Amino acid sequence: MREACLQQVYELARQDERIFFIGSDLGVNTLNQFKAEMPDRFIMEGVAEQHVVGMAAGLALEGKIVYVNTISTFLTRRCFEQVVVDLCLHNLNVRLIGNGGGLVYAPLGPTHLAIEDLSILRAVPNMTIVAPADADEMRRLMPQTVDHIGPMYIRLAKGYDPIVTSDEVPFRIGKAIPMREGRDALVVSTGVTLKFALEASEALAAEGIQCAVLHMPTVKPLDVEAVRQRASITPVIVTIEENTRIGGLGSAVAEVIAEGDFDAIKRFRRIGIPDAFADHYGSQASLLEHYGISAAAIVGTVRDLCGRPTNQLAVESGR
Amino acid sequence: MSQQQTPASAALDQRSIELRKRIVQVLGRSGRGHVGASLSLVEILRVLFDSILKYDPQHPKWPERDRFILSKGHGCLALYILLQEKGFFAEEELWRFCRFDGILGGHPDPKVPGIEVSTGSLGHGLSIGVGMAVSARVERAARRVFVVLGDGECNEGSVWEAAMSAAKHKLDNLVVLVDYNKHQSYGSTREVLELEPFVDKWRSFGFSTRDVDGHDVPALERLLIATPFAIGQPSAIVCHTVKGKGIAFVENNLKWHHKSSLKETELQALMSALEGN
Repeated sequence: MREACLQQVYELARQDERIFFIGSDLGVNTLNQFKAEMPDRFIMEGVAEQHVVGMAAGLALEGKIVYVNTISTFLTRRCFEQVVVDLCLHNLNVRLIGNGGGLVYAPLGPTHLAIEDLSILRAVPNMTIVAPADADEMRRLMPQTVDHIGPMYIRLAKGYDPIVTSDEVPFRIGKAIPMREGRDALVVSTGVTLKFALEASEALAAEGIQCAVLHMPTVKPLDVEAVRQRASITPVIVTIEENTRIGGLGSAVAEVIAEGDFDAIKRFRRIGIPDAFADHYGSQASLLEHYGISAAAIVGTVRDLCGRPTNQLAVESGR
Repeated sequence: MSQQQTPASAALDQRSIELRKRIVQVLGRSGRGHVGASLSLVEILRVLFDSILKYDPQHPKWPERDRFILSKGHGCLALYILLQEKGFFAEEELWRFCRFDGILGGHPDPKVPGIEVSTGSLGHGLSIGVGMAVSARVERAARRVFVVLGDGECNEGSVWEAAMSAAKHKLDNLVVLVDYNKHQSYGSTREVLELEPFVDKWRSFGFSTRDVDGHDVPALERLLIATPFAIGQPSAIVCHTVKGKGIAFVENNLKWHHKSSLKETELQALMSALEGN
C-alpha cells in the first residue's frame, strides 16, 4: 500500500509542478526516481517532524501541494501542534502520509503503534482523514488528493494486504462505500478491517443473519447520511477499526446513532483497541487477535446482539 | 562586536517616539496587550517596512512581495501600527484591537491584510519561512523571506530544527532577525534559559550572522541592505534591544511583559514618559 501510494505521488508529481514531496529521514532509496527526475521538488529532511510540517506549510502557503511521509506516530504525536496550527488553522493543501497506521509496528512496541491517530486528528477542524483498505483503493484515492482543499491524513497499512475492494462503486473522498447489503445487522469498518467485516458478513449469512457492510475509507468528514440511512433500517450496528475505541470511527458512528432520533432501539458495539498501551510485541496479526479485532469478534458480537431480546437490553442499560 | 557588551542604547528619534505613542493609544482603547515585547520591536519593524521589504498595501497578495513573518506573534501591536500606517487596513481597526468585532487579535492572523501566517505559538515561524524560501528558489523568484524571532522563542527546539534546514538548503533568500531583549516572561533569558553564546550559535548553525543595536535605525538599515551577508547561506541578525524600550519605568520590567488591564493613571504615565523622551 505504501509502495502504491508513493508511486502515485511520483506519477502525480510528473504531471503537476505544484506537487512537492518531503520525507523525514526515510529509508535509503525511497522515491529515487522522483529525486532523480524532479530534484527541486524532492526534499529529504532530518529527523525533525515539527520542522517538516512547518516547512510543508510554508510551501503550501505558496500554492504548492505537499506530500509529507514518515511513520504515523511521529507525523501525528510529535508535531501535533504544527499539524493543528500550521496546517489545519490555515487549511493548507498538505497530505500527511503516515506509515504503519494502527498495530503495524507491533514488534517495535508502543512508541511506534499509531493507536490514536484517527482520534486526535478527528478532533481538529479542517482535517480530512482517509484509511484505504488495500493498495487498489489507495490507487483510486491518490489522484483525488491533488485538488482536495485542505489538509489530509492518509493512513497506510502494513503492505501486501489482501485486495478486498473493487471499483464497482466510484471512490470519492468523504463518501462511504456500501460493500454488502443486509437488514439484520450493519458492520461499519475502516482501513484493513474491511477484510474482517466481509469475512464476518459471509459467515453470518451462512447462519441466516443478513449483515450489511459499510466501508468508510474516509473517517472524517464521516459520510453521516450513509450511516444514518443504513442504521435506520437495522437493529444492530457494530463498528470495527484498528484504533482506540475512544474517538475514532466507532465514536463517530456512535455520535450519528445517538443523535439519530430513531424510534426503534439500536444495539451498538465498537470493536477496536482497548484504552491501554500494548504490553505485547509479536506481529500486527497477533496484536489484532489479542485485542479481538477480527472476523470472529464481529460474528460473535453480531450474533449476540441479534439474539438478545429488547427488554434484556433495556435492563442492562439501566444498571 | 561582542554580543555581551553590544549596547541597545540608541536614542529614539521623533518617528520612533510617535510609533510608540500609537502603541500606547491602542493599549489604552483595548486595555490589554504585550507591552514590553512590542516596544522592543519598533525599530526592527520600522526599518523593514520603511526601507527593506517590497510590498503593495493596495495588493497585499502581490505575488512578488517579500514575505514577512512575525514569528514572535505576541509583538503584533507594533506590527499592526506599521501595517495600518502603510495603508493595509483602516485606522478604525486599531481601535477594535482584541475586540469581538475586530480583525486584529492578540496574535497575528492571515485574515489581516499584510499578515502571511498565524503565529503566536512560538517556534513555528522559521520553518514556515524555510518552506516559503525554498518555494521562491524553486520558482527562481526574486522575492525574499524575513522572519523575526523572539529570544525566549529560541528556547523552542523547532527553531533550531528549522535553522539547520535553512543552512542545508543554502537559503540566502532568507533573513532571520532576533529581537534579543534579554527578557522573557518569568525573568531574564540568562536566568530562565541561557542563550549565550547566541551569535556564535546562529553562526554554528550555518547562518552568516551579525549583531547590532536593535534600536539604531541607520545601523539596522545598513545591515539589512547588506543582506544576504554571504551567497549560499541564510543571514541572521541578532538585534540587541531593550524590553519596553522608550518608557523608563517599563524598560526591563517584567510586570510589563503583558498587561490584561490598564488603569487610566498607568496610561497617562506611559504617554508622559514617551513625551519626555
